[in-house]
This record gives sequence, structure tokens and C-alpha cells, in this order.
Amino acid sequence: METIDKIKQQIAENPILLYMKGSPKFPSCGFSAQTVEAVMQCGERFAYVDILQNPDIRAELPNYADWPTFPQLWVEGELVGGCDIIMEMFRTGELQPLIKETAEKYPAAEEE
Amino acid sequence: MRVETLITDKLQQHFSPSYLEVVNESNMHNVPAGSESHFKVTIVSTEFEGKRLLQRHRAVNQLLANELQNDIHALAMHTYTPSQWAEQQNAPASPKCRGGS
Repeated sequence: METIDKIKQQIAENPILLYMKGSPKFPSCGFSAQTVEAVMQCGERFAYVDILQNPDIRAELPNYADWPTFPQLWVEGELVGGCDIIMEMFRTGELQPLIKETAEKYPAAEEE
Repeated sequence: MRVETLITDKLQQHFSPSYLEVVNESNMHNVPAGSESHFKVTIVSTEFEGKRLLQRHRAVNQLLANELQNDIHALAMHTYTPSQWAEQQNAPASPKCRGGS
């Protein structure tokens, strides 16, 4: 499958999706670590892609997203933002309802 | 100082900020001394009025597209309108490096 199709499929199939460096347990970048911590604090299941293990996605996604850096949080097929935006949304209390409501909306998808 | 000066000038010209701070944070990361790879930008501008964070960040990313492609590895960005800045007065600190490239 072409990388771009892989990306589109990941974004379409995962209502809460974090592209990050490393894994939620072992993030390998401070910005990814902060972001995944905030998302985990919301208490819902989410998907992630380790871009260090997927160099093709790392190369392609910034073009598709029109966003040059990682991490990137995608919710319901839309880019929410990178680390600074997610942290600001977490601080102001916007992130928690967004994640919660999305998880409630897609119970089946979250089971997979 | 080349990249730092360049991005400072570009941001200054484009956003006419009432406050602008560009910090080279490369020494917090596993890169050679004197690198200009990791930056933190705190910028306050009326240009951000009525724009969501995503739009503000996109505007900065677009302005610095060339530098992001060629020089900058990480760009922490804190964008405020003057009234937001009046309440806040400082931007969050950047996180510690975790070793990934």
C-alpha cells in the first residue's frame, strides 16, 4: 500500500490517533512524552503510531497534514494540533471533553 | 545565530508583535554545541485575534516553512493575543529531551 493511503486509512479508522516518537510507555521525545501524558490523562483508549519505527509515514505525513512537526493528534479525521496546542487545550480543559465525547461516539471502533 | 536572527526578523516583520522571544534551546538536546536545531518562540500579536491555536501555528509554520525544512528540528510555539498575554505573562517551559531524533 502506498504510504499516503496507509496514512489516510489510519486517520479514517482511528477516531483518536496520536502520531508520536516512541510509544506511550516509552516516548523518545519530550514533546511526545508531554502530549501522550495529557491524552492518557483523559482516560480513553486511543491509537498511536510510532513514527521512528515508520520512516515512510514520518516523511509523508507532514505534507499531507500541512504540519511540519511531531507529535500530531488527530481526532475524527482532523488534526487537532501538536504538543503546544494539546498542552494548552489540556490546561484550559478543552481536551478532556473532546477526547471523552469522541470515545463515546465511537464505542465499537475503540474496542478494536 | 544565523537561524535565530532569521526567524526573529521574519516573525518581527510579519506579525508586528508587541512581544517576541526566540530562544535557542538546542543545548537542551543531544546535538553538537552551537547547533540551531531546537527553538522556542513566544509571540504576542494582534494578528492572532479571532484565530484558533491551529490557525496561529499554521501561520507561523508557513512563514518559517523554509527554515523548518532545512534547519529547525523542533519548534515550540506559544502564541497569544495581547489580552491573553496580559493574563498569562509567561509561556510554559519546554519539556526535557528523551533522546529520539
